[in-house]
Amino acid sequence: MILSDEQVRWVAHLARLELTEVELTAFGGQLSSIMNYVDQLRAVPTEGVEPFTHALPLVNVLRDDIVAPSLSAAEALANAPARQGDYFTVPAVLE
Amino acid sequence: MPAPDDASSLTRLPASELVLRLRQGDLSAVQLAQAYLAACDRHEPTLRAFLHLDKQLVLDRATAIDARRQAGESVGALAGLPVALKDNLCQKGVLTTCASKMLQNFRPPYNATVIERLEAAGAVCFGKTNLDEFAMGSSTENSAFQTTRNPWDPERIPGGSSGGSAAAVAGCLAPLSLGSDTGGSIRQPASLCGIVGLKPTYGLVSRYGLVAFASSLDQIGPFAHDATGAALLLQAIAGHDPRDTTSLNQPVPDYLADLDQPLAGLRVGVAREFFGEGLDPQVEQAVRTALDVYKSQGATLVDVSLPTSPHAVATYYLVATAEASSNLARYDGVHFGHRTERKSNLIELYSRSRGEGFGAEVKRRIMLGTYALSSGYIDAYYLQSLRVRRLILEDFQQVFRQCDVLAGPTAPTAAFKVGEKSADPLSMYLSDIYTISCNLAGISGISIPCGFTTGGLPIGLQLQGPQFAESTLLRAARMHEKATDWHTRRPALVTG
Repeated sequence: MILSDEQVRWVAHLARLELTEVELTAFGGQLSSIMNYVDQLRAVPTEGVEPFTHALPLVNVLRDDIVAPSLSAAEALANAPARQGDYFTVPAVLE
Repeated sequence: MPAPDDASSLTRLPASELVLRLRQGDLSAVQLAQAYLAACDRHEPTLRAFLHLDKQLVLDRATAIDARRQAGESVGALAGLPVALKDNLCQKGVLTTCASKMLQNFRPPYNATVIERLEAAGAVCFGKTNLDEFAMGSSTENSAFQTTRNPWDPERIPGGSSGGSAAAVAGCLAPLSLGSDTGGSIRQPASLCGIVGLKPTYGLVSRYGLVAFASSLDQIGPFAHDATGAALLLQAIAGHDPRDTTSLNQPVPDYLADLDQPLAGLRVGVAREFFGEGLDPQVEQAVRTALDVYKSQGATLVDVSLPTSPHAVATYYLVATAEASSNLARYDGVHFGHRTERKSNLIELYSRSRGEGFGAEVKRRIMLGTYALSSGYIDAYYLQSLRVRRLILEDFQQVFRQCDVLAGPTAPTAAFKVGEKSADPLSMYLSDIYTISCNLAGISGISIPCGFTTGGLPIGLQLQGPQFAESTLLRAARMHEKATDWHTRRPALVTG
């Protein structure tokens, strides 16, 4: 399998990753070779095998519904690259 | 104050001996911290195991522990013992970079559960160690900041992704350290650096505050010179944490209580798939010798097979990258981490911040995972990998009906040279061929030193056990130590 430039660009768009032209070409080749390698899985007979997501028989683990302390707004915002008051700042979404 | 000569021999001692001296009052936490800080002054320019090490923080903490001990307060099982931390473990107010430009300035507002527990046990958090960016890699060469060197040969890599934590212990810059293991990232560097590294069963150690790579595979675990050190550190960090929904609520056994008692009638499984193509003959020789050691101690060797294991690497690189692509979606240039300075609309802000902040391997894995999860491919790739994952689990369940532990090589070769594999991602991925299945199945595994190549590079023996078999693994490791002295060797860099 060879991933076309167009496919690599599409995946990069889905992943919200800006790639340089150099990266685009390099990843195209590397991803194609990795996908060729993982393609072996398609030949493994798995009819009737349930997908296995993780190792523990834990489901719906919930804590008690009790108000408990959490991070203050100041702590939560401390690492924000741009903020205004108690808000994270993003570029305008609506014109 | 011990004389300089004493200080450098002090740092070569195993953690269990240091803890004893601290407890008996023969050694203060400050003396010990100073000895390790002096070792760092001498060897860090070569090894580059640490990304950041705040000496004052270390000395202040050691001083506080000494004061508490002197006041007769209860100080905890690790009191005064330095523990180095992989830099993907959140330490409150201390840089936690994941060796990524994305998190270059990130100071977490909270502590990982393992760090809370280390502090409760009296440990001295001793700096943050280098790793492959976001723990993605097998050599530390994917660090955005530096490549750590192997203490046994500084031209070579220490393994990865927890290469800094492994090199710190092997190079006697800290007696203990913590790493994380998603596909072998504790066991492989332990093997390549000639020390003990343990990957606990999924759910034994809380992942709260471990920066997520692949959530269904990640586990935090200890590095030490020997099994006793690994047991000491595991004891301090293991156990249920309500803040991690995948943490299992069951009692933690006392790993030290029967550590010295050999396992009677031990059945050691030898999987034929672990001795195939690609295995270096010197590694195979050392591992076979270790198997003979167990045999001479009364263990039975059992031939077993893991028929799905040839597909483990392929399975892993779909499961792990799919989870990574989702986990790393949080780095958006808005909440924390790198944000582009170019004027951008919202979508551009995301993609440019991520394009600038992530290194090549992280991007490659996000791309691979995104592709595997994308519409039209999810069934053929992601869901199929989860079905094969179940077959891998069932292989282990079958095998552990026939044996108590599985033994084999940890890595197919000893440490490779810096730069040797960095151009070919797939060949780097294959260096994890023996360690990856353990994470997919969620079972326990340990790497212990079992010899050296003719070139003087360490070789590791991997023991794997069923879920929650850490006691068995540690006791089996201890049995091997009683018949050999590999765990007492220190690199010439340190002894010379």
